[in-house]
Amino acid sequence: MAHGETVPMPEAPPRRAGGIGPLLRSQMRNIAPFLTLIFLTAFFALASPSFATLDNVGNILTQVSVTGIIAVGLTFVILCAEIDLSIAAIANVTGIAVAFFTMQDSYVNIANLPMPGFAAILLALALCALLGAVNAFGLTVIGIPSFIMTLAMMQIAAGISAMLVRGQIAYKVPPIITTLGSSSIAGIPWIVIVAALMLLLGHLVLTYTRFGRYVYMVGGNREAAEYSGLNVKLILGSVMVISAVCSGIGGMLGVAHFGSAQQNEFDTYLLDSIAAVVVGGTSLFGGRGGIGNTIVGLFVLGVLNNGLDHVNIDSFLKILIRGLILLAALVINVYAQRLRAKAAD
Amino acid sequence: MSDSRRPLLELQDITKSFGGVTALRGVDFTVRPGEIHGLVGENGAGKSTLMKIIAGVHTGFSGRFLLDGREVHFRSVRDARAAGIAMVHQELSVAPDLTVAENVFLGNQPTNALGVVQWRRMAREAAEQLKNLGIDADPMSRLGDLPIGLQQLIEIARVLFSGARIIILDEPTSALSPPEVERLFSTLRKLRDQGTGIIFISHFIEDILLISDEVTVFRNGRKIMETRAAETSKAALIEAMIGKGRDALEDSYTHDITLPAPPLDKPVVVEADGLSLARNLKRVSFAVRAGEVLGIYGFMGCGQLELARILFGKLAPDTGELRVAGERNRFKSTADARRAGIAFVPESRRDMLFLQEPVYKNVSISILDRINAVLLKPARERALAKRQVEQLQIRPADVEIDLGLLSGGNQQKVALAKWLSHPPRLLVLCEPTRGMDVGAKSDVIGIVRKLRDQGIAVIVLSTEPETVLSLADRVIVLKRGEVVREFAGEAISKDRLLEAA
Repeated sequence: MAHGETVPMPEAPPRRAGGIGPLLRSQMRNIAPFLTLIFLTAFFALASPSFATLDNVGNILTQVSVTGIIAVGLTFVILCAEIDLSIAAIANVTGIAVAFFTMQDSYVNIANLPMPGFAAILLALALCALLGAVNAFGLTVIGIPSFIMTLAMMQIAAGISAMLVRGQIAYKVPPIITTLGSSSIAGIPWIVIVAALMLLLGHLVLTYTRFGRYVYMVGGNREAAEYSGLNVKLILGSVMVISAVCSGIGGMLGVAHFGSAQQNEFDTYLLDSIAAVVVGGTSLFGGRGGIGNTIVGLFVLGVLNNGLDHVNIDSFLKILIRGLILLAALVINVYAQRLRAKAAD
Repeated sequence: MSDSRRPLLELQDITKSFGGVTALRGVDFTVRPGEIHGLVGENGAGKSTLMKIIAGVHTGFSGRFLLDGREVHFRSVRDARAAGIAMVHQELSVAPDLTVAENVFLGNQPTNALGVVQWRRMAREAAEQLKNLGIDADPMSRLGDLPIGLQQLIEIARVLFSGARIIILDEPTSALSPPEVERLFSTLRKLRDQGTGIIFISHFIEDILLISDEVTVFRNGRKIMETRAAETSKAALIEAMIGKGRDALEDSYTHDITLPAPPLDKPVVVEADGLSLARNLKRVSFAVRAGEVLGIYGFMGCGQLELARILFGKLAPDTGELRVAGERNRFKSTADARRAGIAFVPESRRDMLFLQEPVYKNVSISILDRINAVLLKPARERALAKRQVEQLQIRPADVEIDLGLLSGGNQQKVALAKWLSHPPRLLVLCEPTRGMDVGAKSDVIGIVRKLRDQGIAVIVLSTEPETVLSLADRVIVLKRGEVVREFAGEAISKDRLLEAA
């Protein structure tokens, strides 16, 4: 994605952006999603008595967990002004792979290769890392735009999934994955804990490490990053691998969570993950936003999906409403970029 | 003889200002049919402004604009084109993904009654027209696959064959090889003989003298001289351009500056050996020693931009090698070059700064890996940035504000500051003082001198002779990708530099 031309700077005496107006404008990408979240929560709490309950909060958290794990990696990618359309397909193939390497019950008709649990997990992780590396290679070495490269990878990963399960359904995954995906500790589902830890880790990497700074700088101005002597290709390649590995982890836990591994199981997660990152306010032009935004975006989507089930609405209308909310978020995203460019002028 | 004919184009007493800056002051300019009118002047002398007025780009100006003796008021480029005025701009404006034929006919492809493009006719006619210009290119091949010089010729061809009566060519020869220039000239002469009026702008004085009938010299927005090309000389034109003599405006640049003897006792930091790159560079060799500023001067398109990018690992040369401290180096990325101790400031600040990030992040970005391995140390970053801001007197002295809030000159200082807290071995500066006011300029010159005195090797690349003269200890001149002259330990002046280029 290209950077917008910045407005030429006047040689006027420099001044500090001060006052509440400019602050609000420059913070619009963080404020708008948060207001949306508060508004939606209030609306559903008033509209349905069953919405604002502790149980339901647990539901929402569980429902957004897999999306959240996938969205961690995607946040890195979008911060670099790239995109990854293969996340859901990679999640799917990794989930299927971990089941493929696990002993299934005799009625499951899959020619699988059972091996010890840790080996199955390592192989599945290696697979998603490899697919991410192929994305990275296509993007940085060959120079295929990420939009097209990951579109191809989406097909490739779906193809591998199909070859592994051949239309069948596998059920068993290694015990540790089963635990993390489908059981709870002290009433809190493990999958929520894993998602929270991964989001935290992603935030720490982006905020407190050199690599994280590079991600923001490459996204902010790729040309400048290159002329500052950063290895831009290495950074872009790394975020593609990070994205694939996060998707893979999400896929493995997702399979345990759903209780089965089959073709096309994760299809809705592509749009949900992209929506979570963008609705949260991370700039599609790169360089702005972060995990904090992604978390808000996840909750907006989670509250919306869950809330619509609590109010009496035509279930077909729900799809349209989700689309409209997404559109509104995109409009804010693009406007926030312009407002910020103006605030800096 | 041409004076007997009625002028095709006549501009009278043209004045044009941008904001508070007057770009043209009371200029008269005439083009007759069947005349090639050469135009020379330094950057900023007003040539381009005048041409843009003629081509309908600038519409607000005072003075009279006569075409065939009648006053006209163009409101846009479209009006000028309709009146038969066409311009070839200095920057290529071709469509690289279209075919050669489509580019020749861009915007007016031959169509049949239904508006369908007649491809075969278009290809045939394009091939004929190109052949007239001596260009041998398959009309159906993709333009972007052809060498740059050929692309430029095809762009010129498009304008030449558009049927325009007045054609403006802005630096058309900078990317052309000598035989291509010769072919262009013979076509221009043919058009002239058919009655077309041609305005030819170039920094290459020899080209101007060779092709023009009439030559006009601009300086500081004024027409200084108009003469028959046959009655003048290169030296006379250069003198008129830079204003030697009593009305010298910047007399330090017209007097000789004596370059110091090269510091032969100091080690060679970087050595280029036979660097070649496509059509841009031809066997360029030079060496730069510690504590020395090497100036590389040449006109736009002489290959400096490419050379600078090879030095910083952004481009890889086709042949030739680069030795850093005696060791052969092939940079795979700009990060390799940075690690080898090379620092780079490109000609456009926007290309190297993060305007929406605070000053301290801009200062620290190139040295982050020296400050920390994994975890950031923002306190150290800020301290380093503060020291640089104080030393370079960057205003305002606040490392937390977004860089975009600083003035251009201060941004340029930040671009330098990036490389200074851990001094590099070699600093490559492209156009370091372009577009800066006098104060900021002298600050930057002071910074560069200080770095040199600390033993850093510096290479300054510029298309402005003043920049090179004010900074360099030794100068090499690039012309169409080749080193044509080196000035070392001798007297140098602006006219000698221009003469060599």
